[in-house]
Amino acid sequence: MEFNATLLGQAITFAILVWFTMKFVWPPLTNMMDERAKRIADGLAAAERGKQDLEAAEKRAGDELRKAKQQATEIVMAAEKRASQIVEEAKETARTEGARLVAEAKSDIDQEVLRAKETLREHVSSLAVAGAEKILRHEIDKAKHAELLASIKAEF
Amino acid sequence: MASNATEYIKHHLTFWNSSHEGGFWSIHVDTFSISLLLGFVFLGVFASVARNAKVENPGRLQLFVESLIELVDTQVKEIFHGKSKVVAPLALTIFCWVFLMNAMDMLPVDLLPWIAANIGAALGHDPHHVYLRVVPSADVNATFAMSLSVVLYIIGFSIKAKGLGGWGKELLTAPFHAHNPVLALLLAPINFAFQMVELAAKPISLSLRLFGNMYAGELIFILIALLPWGAQWLLGAPWAIFHILVITLQAFVFMMLTTVYLSLAVEAH
Repeated sequence: MEFNATLLGQAITFAILVWFTMKFVWPPLTNMMDERAKRIADGLAAAERGKQDLEAAEKRAGDELRKAKQQATEIVMAAEKRASQIVEEAKETARTEGARLVAEAKSDIDQEVLRAKETLREHVSSLAVAGAEKILRHEIDKAKHAELLASIKAEF
Repeated sequence: MASNATEYIKHHLTFWNSSHEGGFWSIHVDTFSISLLLGFVFLGVFASVARNAKVENPGRLQLFVESLIELVDTQVKEIFHGKSKVVAPLALTIFCWVFLMNAMDMLPVDLLPWIAANIGAALGHDPHHVYLRVVPSADVNATFAMSLSVVLYIIGFSIKAKGLGGWGKELLTAPFHAHNPVLALLLAPINFAFQMVELAAKPISLSLRLFGNMYAGELIFILIALLPWGAQWLLGAPWAIFHILVITLQAFVFMMLTTVYLSLAVEAH
């Protein structure tokens, strides 16, 4: 144990070491480590946020999908309803059209019958007249019996 | 053999003094230069890591340095609750420097002295009078230099935290309080004496603990070196392994106690 100026020299060395560490070693290293800790914390927070966002997006997508499915069902149902409606309408139209056509044909037929009857009557009357004429040509003066003939004709 | 052994031990325990006569103004060249070199090793490694420190993808050396910083930072934050830019770097410096100085004990006890003796002989000196003690912390000058510096820090922290008057008042009124002014006056010198003893005990215990451990360790390595070479490993290996613990522990203890003393200095009694 002998004390000498080594003690002073060591104290100066120690002071320089401490000063240097305080100035150039400790602050940059601890700052860097704090920075890293902050980055890690930020990264974890961002990951957490991303997870939550993803969950929300998944939920929203599920909702959208469900809504879309529901809408599709509604649309299909409406379309089916509309289709049956159209079929019904077409049936109805066809039925009325058929009925109309039938009625029209009936009236045409009636008219034809009427016309045929008329023609027939005319033919018969003219035939009768002609027959009568032939019978009477020899006996009846045309002029004399013209009035009579006309009335017979009208009777037909 | 006996005188030979005594001489060997004596030779190993003699400092490389800057003057043959000794005296206060001489210095121990070995203690001073080796500790200075180790201090520069510490600063060099740490400063280069600090300069090239990367937030991402740190290298192995950076991670090692970071783990040391983390260790010191955790301890200091646990013990020292005030705000200070000095305490943590001071603790780190103490831990690393003391550890490096202690670690010189792990070198073969004759290696550096043998090299020094050969260099001395080459330079024309008598190799028997070339002395080199490689463990700076086995020199009271080194340990007291640190512990007395720590005392200066303690006084500085006390004054900064409490003011010169506050600290002076504390020296006279603690640990024994009295509300009676006459009694307080009577207690003042007793308190002062207590405080002085406390203040003096800190550096002495700090430095002597470190010095004692390292001196004993060195001495035992020297004694082991006196055994026949075939038997040296029998004691040398266990002692060296145990000494890894001792050198680390002593560095850690010095650092921790310094932090504790400084935290006591800023806290009111």
